[in-house]
Amino acid sequence: MAVLLIAEHHDGVLKLATLNALTAAASLGSSVEVLVAGKHAVHIAAEMASYTGVNQVLIADAPSYSDQGVENVAALVTELVTTSAYSHVLAASTAYGKNLLPRVAALLDVAQISDVVEIISVSRFVRPFYAGNALATVESADPVKVLTVRTTAFAPAEKSTVSAAVKALTLSHETGLSTFVNADFSVSERIELTSAKIIIAGGRGMGSGANFGLLEKVADTLGAAVGASRAAVDAGFVSNDMQVGQTGKIVAPQLYIAVGISGAIQHLAGMKDSKVIVAINNDEDAPIFRIADYGLVADLFETVPALEAALS
Amino acid sequence: MKVMVAVKRVLDANVKVRVKTDESDVELSNMKMSINPFCEIAVEAALQLKERGQASEIIAVSVGLDVCQEQLRTALAMGADRAVLIKSGSDLEPLAIAKLLNEVVKREGPGIVLLGKQSIDGDNNQTGQMLSALMGSSQGAFASDIQVVGEWVNVAREVDGGMETRSLRLPAVITADLRLNEPRYASLPNIMKAKKKPLEVIDAHELGVDITARLKVIKVTAPQERTAGVRVSSVDELVQKLKNEAGVI
Repeated sequence: MAVLLIAEHHDGVLKLATLNALTAAASLGSSVEVLVAGKHAVHIAAEMASYTGVNQVLIADAPSYSDQGVENVAALVTELVTTSAYSHVLAASTAYGKNLLPRVAALLDVAQISDVVEIISVSRFVRPFYAGNALATVESADPVKVLTVRTTAFAPAEKSTVSAAVKALTLSHETGLSTFVNADFSVSERIELTSAKIIIAGGRGMGSGANFGLLEKVADTLGAAVGASRAAVDAGFVSNDMQVGQTGKIVAPQLYIAVGISGAIQHLAGMKDSKVIVAINNDEDAPIFRIADYGLVADLFETVPALEAALS
Repeated sequence: MKVMVAVKRVLDANVKVRVKTDESDVELSNMKMSINPFCEIAVEAALQLKERGQASEIIAVSVGLDVCQEQLRTALAMGADRAVLIKSGSDLEPLAIAKLLNEVVKREGPGIVLLGKQSIDGDNNQTGQMLSALMGSSQGAFASDIQVVGEWVNVAREVDGGMETRSLRLPAVITADLRLNEPRYASLPNIMKAKKKPLEVIDAHELGVDITARLKVIKVTAPQERTAGVRVSSVDELVQKLKNEAGVI
């Protein structure tokens, strides 16, 4: 029996979340096979083959997978699992993994376990629910376990000195159910939120999108990423892919600086596993202070520029 | 075309969750329950399709205990035409819910099925994708815009890094993200009218699908509490502490 890990990539670049999921996959004790489907698959496969824990990389680069439409890729994964003896199917709990794996699980008629934060055994897993306010330990009786993995709970895999075998598949699934129209990706020079060691995030208290420039200056000084609360995104200050929280990104950096964020349950769900939390808020009763390691009750418009000055 | 929308009864989003002392589950008795916020957005999306003349009828469906009729009445008061409750236990897994919803899909033949992208209790983010798989249909998860174009529907999806638009062949399953719309409030006259709208109750066991649990919950525990740290009085003190005490910068 082997474990099948779905690699995620975009525009010829491997998504680093895959490496965290690889660590989880390798911990299951069986050999790990990685599936790379879509455009640039050969290039991504070569990269995946160089990581510790990978036993084999499978390439599926038929044109039907080139836009990574979930209907075609799910059909591919389902065929792989039904024709080979995989005990587990894993992917990172990203927008891509969350879209794909429940479809695969239903096609296989098995449960899917979301956002796994701990692997106790090959059939027992821990996952948070209720916005991270409770942890469930579940035992799966299904013949194949389909899991998405919370990336902040597993360290990324390391490079290996040897390269794993790479095998090209000839499979092609064209369901004709959906086609790609266009994509609009926010171009940012800054480090990605989910892999940042330091994050500075702003909330409704920032007042406007332009004021996020204050946070960006601090972020540039610290080499940090910039995040936001849902309130800031809904108010149109910043784009939604910057949202940290239950329905946005889950992060656990070394340092999380929350500026003008009250600390609603839904926001805390996305950042409360950060090592050190700093809160800057002018409301001393804001719930964020109840979990912050360091709290500063002050006007952010004076504090943030002062912080930038003190750091540079 | 008909549009079907699934709604779930969940613990209200603003309630502080407590884990039971016997570690069997979270405490739900005597708690305020509401319609899942993402489901409310799905209902609003269905209403907007009808207002644009693209949906002929909106059927709200829920799976669960008898009390879920309250959430179906909310959907009816918002503007859904009729409702179906599939009566079952309260803690079905997403796969079982998807199978039951699929039975209603087979009967009603909707062009679009709308769901929330996740429930705020289970946080699974699975049911829509699973239903789409069972229907063999196209799937548009995490939608922030929906445009019907003939036999296809263009769905803008919120993905990591930005937005992706895909064109889906109808019938399609679409799950709503927060930014799809701003759900309307049901007015008092509409709440009164909703009481007269049809609400059909079907017993889950009559639908002939296997809804046995695949996962056994061993225990439910509270996560490690974070406690408040210290207040600092100035930016300089903060930077000093981050450098020397926490060692994070």
